[in-house]
Amino acid sequence: MLAHLSVLAQEAASGGIDNTGLAALTYGLGAIGPGIGIGYLVGQSVQAMARQPEAAGMVRTTMFLGIAFVEALALIGFVVFFLGQG
Amino acid sequence: MIFAEAEFPPLSHIVNWPELFGGDTLGVNKVVIVYALAALLTMLIFIVGNKKQLVPTGAQNVAELSVEFVEDQIVMPTMGTDGLKWTPYLISLFFFIFFCNIFEIIPVIQMPATARIAVPMFLALLTYVLYHGSGFKEHGPIGYLKHALVPPGVPAALLVLVVPIEFISKFIVQPFSHTVRLFANLLAGHILLVTFAVLSSALWIAKWNVIFLPLPVLAVIFFTAFELLVSFLQAYVFTLLAGVYIGAAVSHEH
Repeated sequence: MLAHLSVLAQEAASGGIDNTGLAALTYGLGAIGPGIGIGYLVGQSVQAMARQPEAAGMVRTTMFLGIAFVEALALIGFVVFFLGQG
Repeated sequence: MIFAEAEFPPLSHIVNWPELFGGDTLGVNKVVIVYALAALLTMLIFIVGNKKQLVPTGAQNVAELSVEFVEDQIVMPTMGTDGLKWTPYLISLFFFIFFCNIFEIIPVIQMPATARIAVPMFLALLTYVLYHGSGFKEHGPIGYLKHALVPPGVPAALLVLVVPIEFISKFIVQPFSHTVRLFANLLAGHILLVTFAVLSSALWIAKWNVIFLPLPVLAVIFFTAFELLVSFLQAYVFTLLAGVYIGAAVSHEH
């Protein structure tokens, strides 16, 4: 176990883990928040639509708006992923 | 060894296209042709759909449906009846983006023109100029800055904090996120399709690996259908946000 760790540290020190890996890892971390956010948002919207089907149109428009705002964070992470590779 | 052929092409290879004709500054490549086709199709909707028969047929049906869709789903929830004069702009925005997107899944072309940042950025900046311009026209210079930067009901002590935040979000971040939302979605979709296509072709070449071949092929089919949904949804979201921004700039509520 310790031997593995030291090998990993050596690789990191000698540039074995390069920017691409870090960029991918950062994007993975950055996608957690929007994932939770969109899940919560859509879940609540479905609940609202089930409780009040006559308001479904309004809820849907607002839901897409909210998704667009939350999703922007993940997408900025996606763009940073490509910028970080360089 | 099995995946010797499965080498993912570099990003520049799947979004940069060689010039077909023309020089350095005015070169025409596949993306430019897609822009031209999308603009042409958008104009066609306006020209062919403008027939005014009592019982609509063909293109007039499409035009009337789209007007109804944009008015009911985008203009009315975001701007109310005052915003109806923006319908032509929003319809052309919607159709231009949709046609640019849909070339992602049309065989032979298979390149979403919105996966290059130029067009999303131009459309976002055009919308930016339009909504801030109409806001300044509606409220006057000082009035509009007050309307945009000072939310109602905020205590005076908090304004030091709120005004810079509102300024950054309304004048700097808004066009940026408006651009990136469309651009990154379509780029991601394009990369997804390329990934599974490359995987399928590599498995096809590695002949004895044919048992696994159906999986990426099914994935290509599934994601092609998914990208059809995405191209529609992103055109809708971009237009909806344009409507929201215009509505926020010209409204008189607060």
